[in-house]
Amino acid sequence: MLSLTVILVSIMVVIALILNLWRLFAGPDLADRLLALDTMYINSIALIILLGIWLGSTLYFEAALLIAMLGFVSTAALCKYLLRGDIIE
Amino acid sequence: MNFILELVVSVFLLVGGIFILVGSIGLMRLPDFFMRLHAPTKATTLGMGGLLIASMILFTLREPGHISVHELLITLFLFITAPVSAHMMAKTALHQKLKMISRTRGQALVEPASQQMAPSGETVESGKS
Amino acid sequence: MLAKPRFRWLPMPYHSILLLVTWLLLNNTLAPGHLVLGTILALGIPLLTSGLSHPQPALHKPVKTARYALMVLGDIVTANVEVARQVMGPLDQLHPALIAMPLDIEGDLPITLLASTVSLTPGTVSSEVSQCRKFLYIHALSMTDEAELIATIKERYEKPLMEIFSC
Repeated sequence: MLSLTVILVSIMVVIALILNLWRLFAGPDLADRLLALDTMYINSIALIILLGIWLGSTLYFEAALLIAMLGFVSTAALCKYLLRGDIIE
Repeated sequence: MNFILELVVSVFLLVGGIFILVGSIGLMRLPDFFMRLHAPTKATTLGMGGLLIASMILFTLREPGHISVHELLITLFLFITAPVSAHMMAKTALHQKLKMISRTRGQALVEPASQQMAPSGETVESGKS
Repeated sequence: MLAKPRFRWLPMPYHSILLLVTWLLLNNTLAPGHLVLGTILALGIPLLTSGLSHPQPALHKPVKTARYALMVLGDIVTANVEVARQVMGPLDQLHPALIAMPLDIEGDLPITLLASTVSLTPGTVSSEVSQCRKFLYIHALSMTDEAELIATIKERYEKPLMEIFSC
């Protein structure tokens, strides 16, 4: 039952990623694309966690944590760039 | 016992997956940026919480004596950073004066908000612009 | 009410506890070796970095803080069901609004906490704080009454935060 659920949830997350990709290409403004990227990295953490459950291994935890941290920092840096035209003041 | 464990984990996984999907559908469906911002920041973060709790329960109860709580770290990190990045993106959008759909109330506040000023006088209710 | 460094060798006690817990969570263990290493890190890093930190209002009521955190967690779950329903439902029934909420609490940390809470709960995203720290601009996904929304936020989130930081 569990393996079936993991596959089902993975399909849901992949559909979510495709919708994000659509917004990334279609988004009328830079801020929309930024929001799509931000959502995409959270969804990819979800995929990695699901892979860990599927393979029954906790090794993927560090990768998920790294993506979470780098994703937040990159969102903050891009926001600053759009706000000020400069990242490091 | 094993069946109940799988059932609980499956329910958490499904709830998480549904919320992640709802977040992205909102991102695709809602009409303007400020409304789009609501779906990913709330629904997707809660969905991740569901997935990570499922992973935590599974790896803790699968083999006795082995406790797996480090997923808590990602959950906490996401719950702390999600509102911060949402705030920064809203700030960016206000600064760039992105359009809101016309029935948004209080659009007169965009001007003072983008310059970090206090609203002049009381909050003005000027819906149509 | 600013937290003064009470002990010379323990300038930021809360940060030390947080660092130790984070270290143990990262390694997912309670082994004595990691306890010792984590304690050394938790004592050493604040000594090196305490000069960089701004003084923040001290946290006086841990029980109230825990209760507030639990309440916010509960609200996040209920709010998300609500938002999910609004997102999947017909879009022309949504009434978005941008409002300015006058702030009663002071200090950067309490305002940050309030803004984060507002962002995570019912259909509202905090989008800007005025330079004078007196107004919080909030975008609401679907608002029926402005005064009611402001009253709800003030009653439910701002008042407990004011009690926690006693300002």
